[in-house]
Amino acid sequence: MNTLFDKIWDSHVVQHVEGGPDQLYIDRLYCHEVTTPQAFDGLRARGIRCLRPEKIFCMPDHNTPTEGQDRPIGDPVSRRQVDALAANAAEFGLTHYGMMDPDNGIIHVVGPEKGLSLPGMTIVCGDSHTSTHGAVGAVAFGIGTSEVEMVMASQCILQQKPKSMRIRIEGDLGKGVTAKDMALFLMNRLTTSGATGYFVEYAGSAVRSLSMEGRLTLCNLSIEMGARGGFIAPDEKTFAYLKGRDYAPKGEDWDKAVSAWKELRSDDDAVFDREIAFDAADIQPMITYGTNPGMGIPVGGSIPSLADIPAEGRASFCKSLEYMGFQPGESLLGKPVDYVFLGACTNGRIEDFRAFASIVAGRRKAPGVEAWLVPGSWKVSRQIADEGLDKVLEAAGFRIRQPGCSACLAMNPDKIPAGKYCVSTSNRNFEGRQGPGSRTLLASPLTAAAAAVTGKITDPREFL
Amino acid sequence: MKQKFNIIESTCVPLPLENVDTDQIIPARFLKATTRDESFFGENLFRDWRYNPDGSPVKGFVLNDPRYGGEILVAGRNFGSGSSREHAAWAIAGYGFKVVISSFFADIHKNNELNNFVLPVVVSPEFLAQLFESIEADPSTRVRVDVPAQTVTNLATGMCESFELNPYKKYCLMNALDDIDFLLLQKDRIEAYEKR
Repeated sequence: MNTLFDKIWDSHVVQHVEGGPDQLYIDRLYCHEVTTPQAFDGLRARGIRCLRPEKIFCMPDHNTPTEGQDRPIGDPVSRRQVDALAANAAEFGLTHYGMMDPDNGIIHVVGPEKGLSLPGMTIVCGDSHTSTHGAVGAVAFGIGTSEVEMVMASQCILQQKPKSMRIRIEGDLGKGVTAKDMALFLMNRLTTSGATGYFVEYAGSAVRSLSMEGRLTLCNLSIEMGARGGFIAPDEKTFAYLKGRDYAPKGEDWDKAVSAWKELRSDDDAVFDREIAFDAADIQPMITYGTNPGMGIPVGGSIPSLADIPAEGRASFCKSLEYMGFQPGESLLGKPVDYVFLGACTNGRIEDFRAFASIVAGRRKAPGVEAWLVPGSWKVSRQIADEGLDKVLEAAGFRIRQPGCSACLAMNPDKIPAGKYCVSTSNRNFEGRQGPGSRTLLASPLTAAAAAVTGKITDPREFL
Repeated sequence: MKQKFNIIESTCVPLPLENVDTDQIIPARFLKATTRDESFFGENLFRDWRYNPDGSPVKGFVLNDPRYGGEILVAGRNFGSGSSREHAAWAIAGYGFKVVISSFFADIHKNNELNNFVLPVVVSPEFLAQLFESIEADPSTRVRVDVPAQTVTNLATGMCESFELNPYKKYCLMNALDDIDFLLLQKDRIEAYEKR
């Protein structure tokens, strides 16, 4: 009567610490340049090495410019951080995919596509969107820098076991409704803290029906409802996606692995600490209007009125609308858009580019809209070219940039200017997230594409 | 910074907003630092709420209000949501806070605070609401956090609650030990696990 979460977690417990957390063994540690330099410093200060360097993979992504990667990074502070990761990886004997390496990209895009993230694993990274890797049926979660140092030093982490939650979404998704909309819908229903303290298993026919790219998007956003992580039990789609990938087992090992992975499911009588169910038919294309990802509405809906907001939340709600320049109760449809961003660990995969292209094909980018289309990795970039999507996008007035986190978080040159509106496929609409004063409206690649060709907030179903 | 915790008694800095995310606590552009200089992060705590783009202080923001100060930050529910950046905990520690009181913390940030010897104290919504009222009525309101007893007291009203802290973490906080000190002693168990 165990949940899949119990099975994976419990099988990785080295010991239960008396009166405290579990000592959990970690199969994979991913390192990017922002949250690791102080961890490496910590190892040096203690005079120790990484215990299992072969289980640690490093790549820069946050500071990476999305143009001119063949040249040194212009911002000396960014360059120093990116160089520090390369130097640290070399000093500690870790695999490192540097900028311009054919395997470089956003760590949460690269992990699954290299077959580094596999079913049943425990995976951590100093990045809250590590939950992405849950899509392959792994227990994956974000950690702080001290915890990164713990894993480097001992391949273990001390962690209180979270509670378990199952979210079932049954039924068929409507036209134009994507995994991103599912996630925005869940964040709205649960709020940004509704799953705090929990690890989420996504289940139900609507979740099963998602492609691997869609599952990666859904799991990516688990943290935005507060969950430590979210995952989907592996199935034939998972195995088909992983087969042949660089780090996936090969030959006989593959067959053995698959038969073990098939056991990775919650027992029929498993008891979850919390269970919630939704009907896929209730989900529409979503967009956010406020400054946390839970502040979403159907793209054709209205912003809540003040009376809908509980008294203790009104100060935050009003601050948020003032920042965004919106009024309570109004609709967003038809509001002008300045920027469109397709990319990030949330929506920077091949399927996201196909979706975007499906709407802009044969149309033109609206004048006045600045559009940044940023593949999540060089592999995605190569796929775009192989499928000829670059030609379709270029014909519509778009240009593909080089891979990286880009405009998701304003740590590289791709920043949204103060006061400007950006329909963004990224994961956070916090104040200043895309640049000081930037105004972010989170949405799916389809909704972003509809905004890109009309120059205003538009229901993507008009184009489908 | 590693320090031994026992009893902390201090005035408070109130931030009665909900869902304060770590991007607000420390904006991403300050994450490019490659060292752990807490004073740098502390100087930029709540940077974009605290300073105008020209660097002048934002009037009315609580950290710029001379009436408030102390080692305890009191914040609305769901404090520290969003990004896992430990820099947020470094900024809070670097500014000089030893305790953050809220009715609800985001998971990763809570761990980050504990790993940096900042104590997150979870109180009931009633305790939090009353504490905000006390501080508003009198900015010199003091709060006592007793780590050995695991209690928090609003000294203006006498309202007292116990708070959760697992025995392991409590031992670490009271003795200035961190998790890595512990894990480095576990090598035999780790190797035994790997041989399973």
